[in-house]
Amino acid sequence: MAVKNVTVDNFNEEVLQVKLPVLADFYADWCGPCRMLRPALEQISEERTDVIVAAVNIDENPELADDYDISSIPCVILFKDGAEVDRSIGLVPKEALEALLG
Amino acid sequence: MTDIVVIGAGPAGLTAAIYARRASKSVIVLEALSYGGQIINTPDIENYPSAAHISGFDFATKIYEQAKSLGAEIKFEKAVEIRDGGDVKTVVTAKNEYDAKAVIIATGSANRKLGLPDEDKLTGRGVSYCATCDGAFFRNKKVAVAGGGNTALEDALYMADIAEKVYLIHRRDAFRGEDTTVERLKSRDNVSFVLNSRVTKLNAGRRLESIEVTDKDGKVSTLEVSGLFVAVGRVPENQNFSSLIDLDEAGYAASSENCRTRTPGVFVAGDNRAKEVRQLVTAAADGAVAATEAVKYINS
Repeated sequence: MAVKNVTVDNFNEEVLQVKLPVLADFYADWCGPCRMLRPALEQISEERTDVIVAAVNIDENPELADDYDISSIPCVILFKDGAEVDRSIGLVPKEALEALLG
Repeated sequence: MTDIVVIGAGPAGLTAAIYARRASKSVIVLEALSYGGQIINTPDIENYPSAAHISGFDFATKIYEQAKSLGAEIKFEKAVEIRDGGDVKTVVTAKNEYDAKAVIIATGSANRKLGLPDEDKLTGRGVSYCATCDGAFFRNKKVAVAGGGNTALEDALYMADIAEKVYLIHRRDAFRGEDTTVERLKSRDNVSFVLNSRVTKLNAGRRLESIEVTDKDGKVSTLEVSGLFVAVGRVPENQNFSSLIDLDEAGYAASSENCRTRTPGVFVAGDNRAKEVRQLVTAAADGAVAATEAVKYINS
């Protein structure tokens, strides 16, 4: 499965109301570390069927960045049952993202 | 055995790999995080010869592709130790050990933290180490910048265009950074200087809400800010190798002009090396020098 682009309009259905855990990557196109991090997220989305990987462009969806108190990107938040469980900030190795999933 | 193991895939390490490969040496580059190093945080590089404008990400990707296409092997493993066996050096990572004839340490540096409680927890929730990366989150808000060097001054100036209010907090009364930047800051109505003072506490709910500042006489005040940009210098990443190289008091690696350390066959290149100028072009230059010297060492 590919990384799914999510916006403020479908965040509820695609992140908060889904049964599987969701790794949501808050990013921007101008952010170099976000671009560096993306391949790891794409790999996780291909390798794992027990998690959904979503991407939220914070320039286009500033409300979502504000809702989750995000002030640095990349910020990857793990959601389970509609609530934040954990988050990872900045460029991290793929293993650190996998560690979020437990 | 590999001819040259390079530790760090920033501009210095990747340039070293390019030069070593062009001298027909086998090369493994070990990188703890991601290729490119700190330059990937820079949205627009304007001072690299021949590239009037290029993003840090594109710059890093181009050197990475160049090194790879020349045959350098790049592995994402963190080097934790070098064992010196004379003609054979062993670079140890969490997963593997790599024997090499020569090693180039190009590990760069990391942000220096203030060392306050909750600083890590609030990173990304108001505390930041990169104004150009995170400044946009603080449009029309109040922020503080901590530090007295050029980075702090430039961060404050950058934030003065974005934020409602910028406090520049510095533990001394004079800045190490350039006077012209200080003068430009003084001309800004929304910048206040908080001198002879340091940040002593971070107050937060879900995100940073205010900071406590203590001056040299012990007087404590509170600044309501939603952002704190920490620009108090950098820490060179030499700690794992201090048994083989000499470090200065700030932790930078001492070397000769040609990047040799006190251990034959171990070289340093880039921002972790003790030197005056730390720029992209000097990192690349170090990489070229260190690789050339490493090749000479192996061939001798």
